[in-house]
Amino acid sequence: MAHLQEAAVKKITEICDRYANDKTPLMMILSDIQKEYGYIPLEVQELVSVKTGISVAEIYGVVTFYSFFSLTPKGKYVIGVCLGTACYVKGAQQIVDKFSEIIGIKAGETSADGLFTLDALRCIGACGIAPAVTINGKVYPKLTVDAVPKIVEEYKAMEAQQ
Amino acid sequence: MAKVNIKIEGIPFEVEAGMTILDAAKSCGFEIPSLCAFNNGECSKGSCRVCLVEATGARGLVASCVYPVSEGMEITISSPKATAARRSSVELLLSNHNKNCQQCDKNGKCELLHVAKITGARDDMYQGEQTPTTLDRLTPSIVRDTSKCILCGRCVARCKNAHGLGILGFEKRGFNTIVAPAENRSFANSPCILCGQCVSVCPTGALMEVSEIDKVDEAMKAGKYVVVQTAPAVRAALGEEFDMPIGSLVTGKMVAALKRLGFKKVFDTNFAADLTIMEEATELLGRIKDGGKLPMITSCSPGWVNYAEYNYGDLLPHLSSCKSPHEMFGAILKSYYCEKNGIDPKDMFVVSIMPCTAKKSEKARPELSVNGLPDVDAVLTTRELAKLIKRSGINFVKLPDAEFDNDIVGDYTGAGVIFGTTGGVMEAALRTAAFKLTGKELDKAELTAVRGFDGIKEAAYDLSGITVKVAVAHGMKNAKVLLEDIRAGKSEYHFIEIMGCPGGCIAGGGQPYVRPCFLPNEDADILDTFKAKRAAALYQEDASKALRASHKNPQIIKLYEDYLEEPNSHKAHELLHTHYTAREKFN
Repeated sequence: MAHLQEAAVKKITEICDRYANDKTPLMMILSDIQKEYGYIPLEVQELVSVKTGISVAEIYGVVTFYSFFSLTPKGKYVIGVCLGTACYVKGAQQIVDKFSEIIGIKAGETSADGLFTLDALRCIGACGIAPAVTINGKVYPKLTVDAVPKIVEEYKAMEAQQ
Repeated sequence: MAKVNIKIEGIPFEVEAGMTILDAAKSCGFEIPSLCAFNNGECSKGSCRVCLVEATGARGLVASCVYPVSEGMEITISSPKATAARRSSVELLLSNHNKNCQQCDKNGKCELLHVAKITGARDDMYQGEQTPTTLDRLTPSIVRDTSKCILCGRCVARCKNAHGLGILGFEKRGFNTIVAPAENRSFANSPCILCGQCVSVCPTGALMEVSEIDKVDEAMKAGKYVVVQTAPAVRAALGEEFDMPIGSLVTGKMVAALKRLGFKKVFDTNFAADLTIMEEATELLGRIKDGGKLPMITSCSPGWVNYAEYNYGDLLPHLSSCKSPHEMFGAILKSYYCEKNGIDPKDMFVVSIMPCTAKKSEKARPELSVNGLPDVDAVLTTRELAKLIKRSGINFVKLPDAEFDNDIVGDYTGAGVIFGTTGGVMEAALRTAAFKLTGKELDKAELTAVRGFDGIKEAAYDLSGITVKVAVAHGMKNAKVLLEDIRAGKSEYHFIEIMGCPGGCIAGGGQPYVRPCFLPNEDADILDTFKAKRAAALYQEDASKALRASHKNPQIIKLYEDYLEEPNSHKAHELLHTHYTAREKFN
């Protein structure tokens, strides 16, 4: 906890205070922190524990139960490949494998340059456009394996321009 | 309370509304096999699926430990469907369980094996993948072996309920779920106080004490001068390991057994408890007179000391600097006793029999040593002592009573005995503090206000014009209330006794397991009453002693005359006092 920067302590305290009157505030707090920072490391969980009185082990349990929460920083571009039943039968596994091959990371990992995170998701409720992929919220419907390299290239090019 | 009419196995009963089927069945004389249900639902509730029964009005089979009874409900325990389901539940647990039962330390006390036997579960019914396992043996106190864990959640609940700590929690999900400290860390790298309460509720071998029996064997084999001391709480519980009723006082048999086990001397830690009182009462009066840090807090319980170092680093000056009694005894044995008897302290090996798992780590603290020799060399729990006795072919129940050694150390007063229960240290200290302040003995040795099992007990005693305000807390959840007041500058007490385990040492993490399923002759509420029964045994021994205040112990008086000069002297500080260090929670 001692390693947290002052600004982070302030922000996280503010987030915890938002739900001070909630009976079960943990999910809301963690959700806000995840959105704010992209991950919830142990130091942050310790601070949340102090503020809420919920034990670190319990918070850690919640963070590791829901795949929405992450213990490590996510990449700049988070690629979410839906592996729900409809997407799966439409070949979503091959799409994950292709992303994995091109970027050089497994599902759940982040590339060394911090550019990409590859997430295998449970059903995202877009079965009509299966197989579906989202990148930072942008939806790629009915994606094919052949289209994958081009998409990765586009993001890399975008990054190079910046 | 409203009543409802139900039928169990076709027989009509009237039971309280709102009861679970499991409890209702128990009150009607039925025993449904169950595993995760423990001590009024101190568990993750309905997780193990071992207590499945049929109940009308419910869809499918229900977990009786969580399902409430309702008017007109008909419950079937013995139908082929229910018995087969319970058997399958146990078989599924066994399929992901490390079944090296022969060498498991919980063998004989394992509740999983117990329900397996009752349900007729076959151990190789389902075969397949196993959850990746973790074996944590980094602390000197507790082993965590997830290959034996059935995810019942008793330990998670106990740590939270007893201490408000919640060191253990469920991690990950599905097949990969484990019970662990955050990040699946070792207890050594998390703020665990090593009290062993989790061990005392774990139904299987997933949580165990670190055994030191081998260490004692080696010392004996090497021809060391091996002496043993026993904590007060041990005598009030050891008999249970030999099927004696809870609350049996077995001081004489315990001593006889230890002598047969080949220890050169068998001492009572109570002698050192008397010594602790001399030092601690003097320290307290000194603080009151000289304006020192108040309230002063006791330091006998290593679980509590661990908690203080992790959570209240700013309050450490409030802790008495006294070592805990068995450490004091070790220090006196390796100095005074060795000198008087011409023994080389390097040849002496001190074994402590303790009701405690935290004592195992305490004895490894480098500051608890004199001239480079640890005060205590090995700590065995009450359970380990029972194993040692059973292994050695001793018929414990039939042993004739024997007396503790007390050549120049070892005598004890009633004050020392009651150290083993919550309020006992306070009562013992006040008996001596009163004498020191007023020059008179208390009219009545029994100070009932600090006895019993209320979470926090308070009392005030008028001693020669000084009103001494005291408080007693056990379990860290209760202690926290008093500590927060100190932190806020609101505490009015002079002296506070804190013990780590709820109930004090009599219910310590190293004591015999109290498991209703293995205690058919005890009352159904034994989990609520066992502490009082064990404590009663200690109060009984206290009442039987002619001398009941530490300052009356003739050997203690002589020890000061011959060696230590006076309480809190330079020499006493060198041997009998220690210091504490604030620690990072997750290092």
